[in-house]
Amino acid sequence: MDDLSDMKLSRRDLLITGAAAATSAAIPGAALAQASAQPAPPQPLNPPPAMVKTTLRVNGQARELTVDTRTTLLDALREHLKMSGTKKGCDQGQCGACTVIVNGRRINSCLSLAVMHDGDEVTTIEGLGRPGNLHPMQAAFVKHDGYQCGYCTPGQICSAVSVLEEIRAGIPSHVSADLNAKPLLSVDEIRERMSGNLCRCGAYSNILEAISEVGGVKA
Amino acid sequence: MKAFTYERARTPAEAAAAAERHPGSRFIAGGTNLLDLMKLEIEAPPHLIDVNGLKLDKIEPVEDGGLRIGALVRNTDLASDPRVRRDYAVLARALLAGASAQLRNKATTAGNLLQRTRCPYFYDTNLPCNKRVPGSGCSAIGGYTRNHAIVGASDACIATHPSDMAVAMQLLDAGVETVRANGSTRVIPIADFYRLPGNTPHIENTLVSGELITSVVLPRPLGGYHAYRKVRDRASYAFALVSVAAVVQADGSGRVALGGVAHKPWRVAAADGAMPRGAGATSDALLAGARTTSENAYKVPLVRRTLESVLVDAKKG
Repeated sequence: MDDLSDMKLSRRDLLITGAAAATSAAIPGAALAQASAQPAPPQPLNPPPAMVKTTLRVNGQARELTVDTRTTLLDALREHLKMSGTKKGCDQGQCGACTVIVNGRRINSCLSLAVMHDGDEVTTIEGLGRPGNLHPMQAAFVKHDGYQCGYCTPGQICSAVSVLEEIRAGIPSHVSADLNAKPLLSVDEIRERMSGNLCRCGAYSNILEAISEVGGVKA
Repeated sequence: MKAFTYERARTPAEAAAAAERHPGSRFIAGGTNLLDLMKLEIEAPPHLIDVNGLKLDKIEPVEDGGLRIGALVRNTDLASDPRVRRDYAVLARALLAGASAQLRNKATTAGNLLQRTRCPYFYDTNLPCNKRVPGSGCSAIGGYTRNHAIVGASDACIATHPSDMAVAMQLLDAGVETVRANGSTRVIPIADFYRLPGNTPHIENTLVSGELITSVVLPRPLGGYHAYRKVRDRASYAFALVSVAAVVQADGSGRVALGGVAHKPWRVAAADGAMPRGAGATSDALLAGARTTSENAYKVPLVRRTLESVLVDAKKG
């Protein structure tokens, strides 16, 4: 399982092919619905695709890219740099699977343009730890079985690492009882702060145990 | 997403001038709402002006004892600022009740004010929507309206404004400072910033084309008990069904604003005056003339009860 590169058709390629087929099947229906609706809105004059050079510092390494301006940070990581650890879930900022840490802060990489991160430090799941040298949060997720299918896990772990740092930095949350006091490291705080990361398998209780252990609270 | 050209502006004046040079362009800061809409081609600007380099990311005291919040101050930083937590707790609470930590880390003060509605019919490009395609009709009217407006709506649009932060800004009488391409600046009182839908629901605020928000100014602190109570379908990371922002003084006077009920953060002068008479009188004043459907009529008692709960907590201090 360590190297999939020699497989004729990787799981990812299969998914991409599947997605394309699903899209083409869906088009006729969409076109019909459009035709029966209102006349098309006046289209603004959009230019031809524009390519821009940008340099990301990904996990400590400078990576120069030439990307279409429309490329999200997520697609730059996955499709251009071939770092598929960061996952594309909803692609609209609702699920958190694409969470990465930029200049020390977690963000949804699907809702950010690559060109807007020129010179930024991006930390992805690949940069937190490697097989044989896991980040404590990665090790805790393994220990507590903090996943089932694993698709949301890289985002969960990047978020979890940030949660502990945010509490340490004194950033309040919706459940912080006293806004003027330093927020406590508690199970309620962890739950609230992790609400931007969905897990459809429902591994939440184990995720909570993993984060609690690394943070040093009793779940 | 439609293709666009991209530039980074270095000063507010340069950004406003660039907007004038590129008709249909948009400013982009956090991008958390704009890019979402661009992916669906609800927004399709031919040119983006990145304003992140404008250095409008400071929170500074102003002479009369208030605070000037730079347009680019991130929601996380605004909610974490010790002065905001101490003197404008309603604002900190509203910010923390909105979105997720990932989004608050990107979303800016000005961008939050300019969020567009989350009406599902606005998002569904297969259906008519007067806000998306002026004159095409409103699919929400007669549709599924559980989340829609009950006050201030029109026959053209019943969408609600999604922001929590803006409800607190409305309550605090914030001023929106702007610059235009010709270099002129102005302060728009937030009471005059948002528009009701009327026949032009696609025009959501009183900014002119290319006008850039540079900061938001809070008047000096009000004191009193601050609350932002948001009722939603889950405990975290959801838009409000209704929300109540309130500042209550020891004598029972105060001010109140609502989220989730109208095309803009909702505040009624008569409601502030009714606060010493309790939640019933206050919510009657807030929701006078409400027009509900069988699906959103629940918002009327929900506002009253949420306000009642806030007033009970205020008494406890």
